[in-house]
Amino acid sequence: MGKYILKRLVDLLPTIFVVAIIVFVITRLIPGDPAAVMLGPQASVEDIQELRDDLGLNEPLHTQFFQYIGDLAQGDFGVSLTYNQPVISLIMDRFPNTLILAISALVIALLIGIPAGIISASKQNSVMDYTVMVISLIGVSIPIFWLGVMLVLYFSVNLGWFPATGMGTMDEGFITYIKHLVLPSITLATIPMATFARITRSSMLEVISQDYIKTARAKGLKEFFVIGKHAFKNALTPILTVLGMQVSALLGGAVLTETIFSWPGMGRLIVDAIDKRDFVVVQGTVLFIAIIFVLVNLLIDVLYKIVNPRVNYSSGKGGAGK
Amino acid sequence: MTSTQPSSIETREVKKKEINERSFIRKLLKNRIAAFGLFVTIFMTIIAIFAPLIATHSPNEMDITHSLLGAGVDGHFLGTDNYGRDLFSRIVYGARISLIVGVSAVLFGAVFGTFLGLIAGYFGGKLDSLIMRTMDGLFAFPFILLAITLMTVLGQGLVNVIIAIGIANIPGFARIVRGQVLSVKEEEFIEVTRSLGATHGRILFQHVLPNCLAPLIVYGTMSIAGAIISEAALSFLGLGVQPPTASWGSILKDGKDFLVLNPQMATFSGLAILITVLGINLFGDGLRDALDPKMKV
Repeated sequence: MGKYILKRLVDLLPTIFVVAIIVFVITRLIPGDPAAVMLGPQASVEDIQELRDDLGLNEPLHTQFFQYIGDLAQGDFGVSLTYNQPVISLIMDRFPNTLILAISALVIALLIGIPAGIISASKQNSVMDYTVMVISLIGVSIPIFWLGVMLVLYFSVNLGWFPATGMGTMDEGFITYIKHLVLPSITLATIPMATFARITRSSMLEVISQDYIKTARAKGLKEFFVIGKHAFKNALTPILTVLGMQVSALLGGAVLTETIFSWPGMGRLIVDAIDKRDFVVVQGTVLFIAIIFVLVNLLIDVLYKIVNPRVNYSSGKGGAGK
Repeated sequence: MTSTQPSSIETREVKKKEINERSFIRKLLKNRIAAFGLFVTIFMTIIAIFAPLIATHSPNEMDITHSLLGAGVDGHFLGTDNYGRDLFSRIVYGARISLIVGVSAVLFGAVFGTFLGLIAGYFGGKLDSLIMRTMDGLFAFPFILLAITLMTVLGQGLVNVIIAIGIANIPGFARIVRGQVLSVKEEEFIEVTRSLGATHGRILFQHVLPNCLAPLIVYGTMSIAGAIISEAALSFLGLGVQPPTASWGSILKDGKDFLVLNPQMATFSGLAILITVLGINLFGDGLRDALDPKMKV
């Protein structure tokens, strides 16, 4: 397994390199001057030139590229102009907050989505099945930034049950901390939860119709064991694939969720940086999130291998979430 | 003999296609949920096209003295926003932006993604590796983050929103098409066409591409829903179309600041997004079941 993980890590390097190139290309080659965008329409030509010098944008492109890759290799994501701090330290301050939010959302999504999908599949065409399917279809279609605003409207403004914004601290007490976490987590969990319910249902239906499940039932095994032990285990592979994809949804969704709830995470950092036109922060944070996503997918690939040891990557480039 | 062979192959292909089309339409129409989705999609499209006839006021006409009116007050069906603009009219006009961006961005992504997927899958080798590694790299960015980054550089505006969401859509199309090409190119009729001296261009666009259309249509339909949400999300973050153009995301953004005084701004703009996206997803689900049941979208 260790050899396998090492091989997959080595395989990831070109992807991370490509990710870094994409960020470089977006910021350097697409029409539009990042310095002009950062300074706004009122900026003078001299100011723009000065900022271009500071950012190294007046250097030849290949020099800029090697400088950029060299800096990245040393963990240097640049220095924020508005915060006057290295971008990596800004990221490290906020990353744990995003992680707390994303993990809470993932736990909610898995704990509700998967059982809902299993129940739906085991009671196919029942009222319960239709209810789960309708709710999950609404779940995958809902704009989470709207859901977040509606949750604030009803549960914070009207009922006063949960705080509308901010992140609690443990110093304020565990209950307060959790209360701050509830609405943002539910908001962020909605799409993954609905997706898990849908994929679990379809995957379980596929497995349930197979002969070995019929045999298990014929042997007189209790339905709970047939579904929970035999069927679910084999339905797990597609669920893991979707899990990889949902990490992307969670990281992207965090930008919107953190904006609505003023959650001090990486998403909020990006949006603030956009408002302040701090392009270095946007660039660094987006790159960091992409790298995290690639690494999480590696983790999912390893889980894949554990769940289904027959999976062999030696001849292909496949993997979870791909 | 050689002159009759391609035509008989083509005739067989045409007949097969006709039978497939008929069974596909039958399957689609039988599915009531998909039909409902199609109805919702057509309904929203009609609203977008005939917005000037449906809207009761000019969407950008401000009247500060009548700001934040409640639903039904002073002839404003859904009330007014913080600038006194008629909310119903702005939501009706917002349908235009959503559908224009949704369809155009997906077309943008589909054209470039399909082309890249075709040549990657067909030619294989280093070209395939280069294209697909780049697509893997693009896939590493959460969709909305890639669009945000592009918008930060491109600046606000309708065309830029289409380009940003369009670029973010390219890798999905490239992967779907490449996967199809890999299986289609091994088929017998492609071998025959190649042995008859057809050019790569002819094989790719006349024989391979038509066989990739089913998953492409399903994925494209689903992607329109995603593009509509992305446009709304960008506008919600203040990165989408420029004010005062009415967009569902920008109405929601303004509505968020007036939740207590006027909750209908946020409520109805979001409902419009939800209904449209739900309609397209229902239709897309039906399309998938009818065209490509094995596809996992």
